[in-house]
Amino acid sequence: MTSRTTPQQSRDSRDKYTVLLPTYNERENLPLIVWLLVKYFNKSGYDYEIIVIDDASPDGTLDVAKQLQEIYGKDKVVLRPRASKLGLGTAYLHGIKQATGNFIFIMDADLSHHVMHPCCMSNHKPYLSLLIRKQKEGNYDLVSGTRYRGSGGVYGWDLRRKLISRGANFLTQTLLRPNASDLTGSFRLYKKEVLETLVEKCMSKGYVFQMEIIIRARQLKYTIGEVPISFVDRVYGESKLGGNEIVSFAKGLLLLFATT
Amino acid sequence: EKTVGGLMYGKRLSSLLQVVFPGELAAEGVIMTKLMQWLFGVSLLAVVWALTAYDLLDLNLPQTYRDVAWPMPAYLLVSFGCYSLAVIGYRVATFNDCEEASRELRMHIKEAREDLRKKGLRF
Ligand SMILES: Nc1nc2c(ncn2[C@@H]2O[C@H](COP(=O)(O)OP(=O)(O)OP(=O)(O)O)[C@@H](O)[C@H]2O)c(=O)[nH]1
Ligand SMILES: [Mg+2]
Repeated sequence: MTSRTTPQQSRDSRDKYTVLLPTYNERENLPLIVWLLVKYFNKSGYDYEIIVIDDASPDGTLDVAKQLQEIYGKDKVVLRPRASKLGLGTAYLHGIKQATGNFIFIMDADLSHHVMHPCCMSNHKPYLSLLIRKQKEGNYDLVSGTRYRGSGGVYGWDLRRKLISRGANFLTQTLLRPNASDLTGSFRLYKKEVLETLVEKCMSKGYVFQMEIIIRARQLKYTIGEVPISFVDRVYGESKLGGNEIVSFAKGLLLLFATT
Repeated sequence: EKTVGGLMYGKRLSSLLQVVFPGELAAEGVIMTKLMQWLFGVSLLAVVWALTAYDLLDLNLPQTYRDVAWPMPAYLLVSFGCYSLAVIGYRVATFNDCEEASRELRMHIKEAREDLRKKGLRF
């Protein structure tokens, strides 16, 4: 413990962060999130790569992604497109196979996780830093952003949506008793091998996928750290939240309740 | 066959033990699902309740015990409901509105668009 700073620093310099960005119709958002990520990583000095997994978006997201690759370089923006819309879970699996980092960030490409925003007023650090620092602090297997704790929160939600969100969260906490406060959040940092193992085990899609991955993490005794984040509703593009979403959430919750 | 505390016991007894002691179950590597845990807890409470409310063991419990025990399930349900509503209501009321995050995001979006245009991106 005496020479603590030295190995820490050498480990820092060897660490590489892969950001997985699954996209479906994110033509407007993708350049912006990539810009923010590049800006952050350049400033912080961490080694990184951004892997874009586009499922043949009809709006031409892939075309924009190619332009971004030309601007930032093939080593920084990696394209792993697929021929059709095959869903989020398999998109992550597909992306991990190409990842060269030892840590993996997962986030939505729709700017709902504002990576540069300094969340805690006390330390004014961007979220990416906070997640990375949290991970190092406890050598956690995964660090999850949470909207439900501390300074975490949301923007652009009306009372109805807040009520649904809090109600669903309470129900989930009561039934599943997970060791994380935000199960459906999708801004997380994983050790690469941990994410590989977890994704192999998960079968569900969308919201439920994020939930299942946390539950499986507990089953496999992985350690979980949490960082409060603010969630800003998408500015561009269609939201996919509807009645359908709630039904699939309920189904997924019951399935996990009965099987895990 | 296995030995626990010097006792030999067969497969059937072992699985019976696992039902009575879910802790053992985890130790055996068998996972008890959350549904099973709930059913286990609820049936345990139900048994205790039935034993007291109807004095099934003929313990000659004082009548007051039985009177208190009988409406207990309803009380428990109602208090749990109130507790849930209070917690959810409080959490909705104290859900942070991240005004500042959104303002900052819009600022960064503008900056990003200008810079990307300069770098030759066709939106
Ligand atoms: N590759 C791939 N990406 C997807 C697919 N479905 C969604 N995505 C992406 O996954 C991320 C999360 O999806 P969203 O549509 O934002 O889902 P959400 O956050 O639950 O809902 P809204 O933000 O309200 O629309 C976004 O970056 C999407 O572009 C898919 O089938 N394939
Ligand atoms: Mg989203």
